[in-house]
Amino acid sequence: MKGILKLAYKLLVNDKAKFTALLIGITFAVFLMMFITSMFMGVLNHASATVVNVGAPVWVMDPSVQAITSSIGMPNYVLDAVRSIPGVKFAVPLYSGTALVKLHDGTYQAASVLGLDDTSLYGRPVLTAGKIENIYADNGFIVVDDAEYRKLESPRIGTTFELNDHRAVIVGVAKVTISGLFGLPTLYTTYYRAIQYIPNPRFTISYVLVHPKSSSDIPAIKRQVAALGYMALTKDEFIRKNAAFFVFQTGAGTNILIMTLISFIVGLSISGQTFYTFILENLERFGALKAIGTRNRQLVTMILFQASFTALTGYGLGVGLCTLLVYLAKLRLASYAAMITYPSLLVSFVMVVIIAAISSYFGVRRVLQIEPFDIFRG
Amino acid sequence: MPGAAIKANGLGKWFGEGEAKTMAVRNVDLEAGFGEMIYIVGPSGSGKTTLLSVLSGILRPNAGKVEVEGIDIWNLNADQLADFRLNKIGFVFQDYHLFPRLNTAENVAIPLFLRKKDWDESIGEATRYLEVVGLKERANLPPVKLSGGEQQRVAIARAMVGQPDILIMDEPTASLDGDTGHAILKFVHENILRADRCIIVVTHDSRIYEFASRILKMEDGRLTVTQNDASLLQKG
Repeated sequence: MKGILKLAYKLLVNDKAKFTALLIGITFAVFLMMFITSMFMGVLNHASATVVNVGAPVWVMDPSVQAITSSIGMPNYVLDAVRSIPGVKFAVPLYSGTALVKLHDGTYQAASVLGLDDTSLYGRPVLTAGKIENIYADNGFIVVDDAEYRKLESPRIGTTFELNDHRAVIVGVAKVTISGLFGLPTLYTTYYRAIQYIPNPRFTISYVLVHPKSSSDIPAIKRQVAALGYMALTKDEFIRKNAAFFVFQTGAGTNILIMTLISFIVGLSISGQTFYTFILENLERFGALKAIGTRNRQLVTMILFQASFTALTGYGLGVGLCTLLVYLAKLRLASYAAMITYPSLLVSFVMVVIIAAISSYFGVRRVLQIEPFDIFRG
Repeated sequence: MPGAAIKANGLGKWFGEGEAKTMAVRNVDLEAGFGEMIYIVGPSGSGKTTLLSVLSGILRPNAGKVEVEGIDIWNLNADQLADFRLNKIGFVFQDYHLFPRLNTAENVAIPLFLRKKDWDESIGEATRYLEVVGLKERANLPPVKLSGGEQQRVAIARAMVGQPDILIMDEPTASLDGDTGHAILKFVHENILRADRCIIVVTHDSRIYEFASRILKMEDGRLTVTQNDASLLQKG
């Protein structure tokens, strides 16, 4: 390390009280920003759970659909028409709806029901117990063992219950990549059983799941589906659409933005004020350095180094703390929504850089203003 | 070393404008040679510190010229002036201005760090200077653990570590008891003053006049007496 930077480093870290206060401020701010954005990213991720879990590369839907949960039934001819598009390898229907499950204690629990294509069972989950072919058995349902599993009284194979006044039997227990967002347990069954058990409007196909012959066929498929008056989205596009719905249509995005800004302001207040106080307390020493022969550029370098060092250390601690907390939470609750993503890391990093820049700006201004003559005058 | 260490002509420095204008230095001519230890004495507010600041490249004069080793220092730009102070002048401030968060050796080595010397090499050199001022065993202590006299010696070591041609001392005995102040100036006179070095001391303390080569008396911004015989000033 260059002498002047090491000097700046020692002046900073040897003032343990101030350095600790600075670190706490930045760490706290980063932790809050990380945690809030991670929660949000987690929520967005879980909001698209069905899209991810079913895993179809292309989804056909009514153009008015805003999110996976708000499907609009499509007539059967859409399925036939999609199947006839040249680039389509195969296309199957998917039913997505909600049913009421009557538990043994007499209470009711809403559950999300996915009806898979009877022939192919395309989009089926990975089973941890039972056999997938048993889904064809009378009243057969597969339950997903996620965080909401207990809400159905942790059913096992053979457990029976009432679903919309129909008898239902658990024939398998499955695991999925991502559990749902809305706190509902998930049940899989066949498409036809689903539409029999759950009251529906005239059209019952929620989505048509398409497997193209190759990815180069997707643009043509999308064009032809659009010509039918419907919409085809790739898996990623549908995930983004879900995210956009929650960000822009539900107010969640605005709330998260406000929370992140509040965290930023808290961090800036604590760190900026502490750093400025640190500079003020050392003003005479900076003046002495100036008198001895330190160039203004060197003083600016020292202050920027101190601010950057504190900011980056605080950033590391904040990210570490957030990661630890999310990890511990996930140990207790496997489907805990928060997830640390690169965008969250980037947002927090940019915020921290801004905090460091603003803090050091006022410090630099003050130090550049001091006259070495003031040191002589005492 | 040929020529004058410092040569000042017609120096003037004032603060404020109009009715608030305060003349701190009025038309001062001064020449300081190598091998000299010059004292600037006078009552508080007479302009001693202002003159010292103007001579050492810290405070720009409103009038006149300062040449150090033949260079008109007030023609230098800000960076050149900073380099000039770093390389040519050693400062001993009245309140020492040591860094409490650094140890003694690190404090002494600051001018070397500023010259971009290697850290360990700088500390080694600083420790040698601490040995010169008799504080080698205190190298790892923070300044707050040192007595006033020791802190003053650390400040002197810091001023000298860069081997400047000119040493500026502002009220070096102001915070010291009589004996310690006397011992410090004696040490400077015997160990720091050399034929190729000039020392300028601003002081009120008549007990240390015996070490001066010349004493310049300032009053109301003017140099009123230039005295080679220090004892006369002590009497007067």
